[in-house]
Amino acid sequence: MRRSLLFIPSNNPGMLESSSLFGSDSVIFDLEDSVSVSEKDNSRNLLVSFLNSKEKLNLEVVVRINASDTPFYHFDLEAVVSDKIDTIMLPKASVETLHKLDKDLSKIEKEKKLANKIKVIPIIELASSLIEASKIAAMLRVNGLLLGAEDLSSDLEVVRTEEGLEILYARMVVVTAAKANKIDAIDTPFTNVFDNDKLKKDCKFVRGIGMNAKACIHPNQIEVVNEVFSPTEAEINWATKVLIAKEEAEKKNQGVFSLDGKMVDKPVILRAEKIILKAKKYKLL
Amino acid sequence: MRVGIAGTLESNDCIITVIESDKLIIEVKSVVYDFFGKHIENLIKNILEELKIKNIKVICEDKGALDYTIKARLITAIKRLEAKK
Amino acid sequence: MKRLDKFPKFKSSDNYTKSKRTLIPEVLREGEVKFFTNISDVFDYYNVKSEMTLSFHHHLRNGDYVLNLVCQEILSRDIKNLNFAPSSIFPNNEILSKLIENKNVTNIRTNYMSGSVSKTIQNGSLDGLLLMDTHGGRARAIEAGEIEIDIAFLATPQVDKYGNGYGGAGKNACGTLGYAISDLMYAKKVVLVTDNLVELIENPDFDQKYVDAVLVVDSIGNKEGIISGTTKITRDPIGLLIARKTAQIIDKLGLVKDGFSIQTGAGGTSLAVASYLKDIMKERKVTGSFASGGITSYFVDLLNEGYFNNLYDVQCFDLDAVKSYHENPKHLAMSASKYANPYDDPIVNRLDVVILGATEVDLDFNVNVTTDSFGNIIGGSGGHADTAYGAKVTIIVANLLRSRISLVKERVLTITTPGEDVDIIVTERGVAVNPKRQDIIKKLKNSNVNLMTINELYDLAIKIAGKPEALKLKDKKIIGAVIYRDGSLIDYLYSK
Repeated sequence: MRRSLLFIPSNNPGMLESSSLFGSDSVIFDLEDSVSVSEKDNSRNLLVSFLNSKEKLNLEVVVRINASDTPFYHFDLEAVVSDKIDTIMLPKASVETLHKLDKDLSKIEKEKKLANKIKVIPIIELASSLIEASKIAAMLRVNGLLLGAEDLSSDLEVVRTEEGLEILYARMVVVTAAKANKIDAIDTPFTNVFDNDKLKKDCKFVRGIGMNAKACIHPNQIEVVNEVFSPTEAEINWATKVLIAKEEAEKKNQGVFSLDGKMVDKPVILRAEKIILKAKKYKLL
Repeated sequence: MRVGIAGTLESNDCIITVIESDKLIIEVKSVVYDFFGKHIENLIKNILEELKIKNIKVICEDKGALDYTIKARLITAIKRLEAKK
Repeated sequence: MKRLDKFPKFKSSDNYTKSKRTLIPEVLREGEVKFFTNISDVFDYYNVKSEMTLSFHHHLRNGDYVLNLVCQEILSRDIKNLNFAPSSIFPNNEILSKLIENKNVTNIRTNYMSGSVSKTIQNGSLDGLLLMDTHGGRARAIEAGEIEIDIAFLATPQVDKYGNGYGGAGKNACGTLGYAISDLMYAKKVVLVTDNLVELIENPDFDQKYVDAVLVVDSIGNKEGIISGTTKITRDPIGLLIARKTAQIIDKLGLVKDGFSIQTGAGGTSLAVASYLKDIMKERKVTGSFASGGITSYFVDLLNEGYFNNLYDVQCFDLDAVKSYHENPKHLAMSASKYANPYDDPIVNRLDVVILGATEVDLDFNVNVTTDSFGNIIGGSGGHADTAYGAKVTIIVANLLRSRISLVKERVLTITTPGEDVDIIVTERGVAVNPKRQDIIKKLKNSNVNLMTINELYDLAIKIAGKPEALKLKDKKIIGAVIYRDGSLIDYLYSK
């Protein structure tokens, strides 16, 4: 039920310190692409030192570790997996690498006696991962799919455009796979950080095709993303009406009822309940 | 002389340089020396004690880094120095 | 210059209401306007000598040549013991440091200082005193005869053959000349310094009746120097976060409605607040009555797009503002007195909200914009204390932590603006409201504003950054004072 996830380069102390202030639902501490190879050790140590110095942050803490075919993967996992994080984000995810990650996580959870099971957000950024998307989405720890359009477009040998026609199919695959497994469909970041009007357009488009969240690469994007992916006032009002009518119908022992001339059955009620759940979570009520 | 270096001079960061030495030497240069200079010196001293390192030269050029940053940069610098041995 | 013990001590920000306005007679020219082409001739004619007080305005900001020109002449004649009353001092006035070290200038009274001159003064080179006023306080002090100006050297972008002066046109147009008006009216001698002589100015800023002489030079300055780093909207995400929160707070207080008025300081975060407020005003279709203060292009846009009826401009911060002043009749000039003199029914008293910065804030809500946390003079009140007093709601926007140093201290190093006039502190970590404003606390209580007490903010900064050692100011010597807008002494200034 995320809307926004903010990428934070882990080697930057100033950004780490302010990471939770911008109102995103989740923060993704990045050890991968925003950190140069020569600084992997430095950023890992800094992230761990930072997390250990504070209470668990009161938003979802995601760590994007390096892919499992890199020499950094093991060091990243050993260092960061703790009760201070919620989720591991795995680049170049595939069924095979996710199986391995699951095993590695279980081992560390046991060794460190962690209270909670670490969740996983795989990044779909290879054509082969796109093919495996529904299998990936069904895996146990997975509670969201992130579309990584920059790497995917090089794998597909296409040029990224603002309109995004070249990744339309990929977006729909991610949405379908995610929704079939009742997990988050998270869209790829919008790389133009200075144009919030274009960002809004992009967000509205992907929401329209089923994405329920978007990764952000700059704090200034969060307000727009949260707004577009939150239920609107009208939706919240509608959902409230539906649930009130449902309660009244239940009192009269009616299973199905009508509201404003329309039939309200189970799928409609579920939709209304989900909206209210989101509204409560995002403090919109 | 083998040296381990970690960090940057960006705001809220520091550069830690560690050099092999037969004594314990800690030198701190900080934009907030008046307020946290002594604290930073003690912090570095304590971390070295925890790591059971007795003889080393540590130079810290600080731009307002918080404790966890100084600690992380110091640990990385030491590990980098050790990797060169 | 008065010795410090002659100044009454600050009592309260409305203490001025107990006294009547003091006005010395205006000084009008006798005879014809004299024209000069050489600064040396001006000095000879007016017999510039020791103990005189010379004044200047700072409308060309970091591009001003006039103060420097006068300094050069003083140096070449080696006149000693002069008093300077420039309305502000900028980095490009570094020649003034030489005059201080050389004892040509022994007393300085100004509203704002940045650059090497403050270092020179704080290392003890100034033989006399540094007094720092507010913009409104300087106007009051001049009209009351507390600052007695012998000669005012006023940079004037355009002057006509009658001696009228205008700031909105000329090769170094700087816009309004608000800070110079009191000097113009009350200085014993007024010399306009210009690089653009014209036939006739129909709507002058400077009425020729006050003008004694005109000095025509090649260049009065560099208008590109008007723009300084602090007059652009911040790009820092934390600054933008603070600004967004502030705009939301102003809205929640019910202040965004037709006819409202606002002023923002020149800092990047303050300006960003205006930009977010615009979005709210657009959504609600609100038209404000006026925006005031130092004017930037952002406010010019707001005026042009119909968000405000008028701009009241005491100084132009960029060239778009200069152009707008020249071309738009809704863009009005105001003198420093009309802006902020407590006795002149000033514009600040009509403000609904003012957004200001701070280097330090303390547990009593006192604000410091004069020195940094190390005690170095880095600015000065400018209009800070004036607007804080006048505005219905005074909001301070600042980072709680800047390079490990907390905004909130137990006690500020220097009081620029008293806590009784400061209502809300907005930081990236939380918002503190002065307990005096229960009305504000009530309105914000049940909103999603992260309200904390000022003590909680203080503690939070310590929790994050650690508790700092107390600053050791060895051999603290008093080198001057901060003079509140009513002429009382509110704090001392120390050497470094």
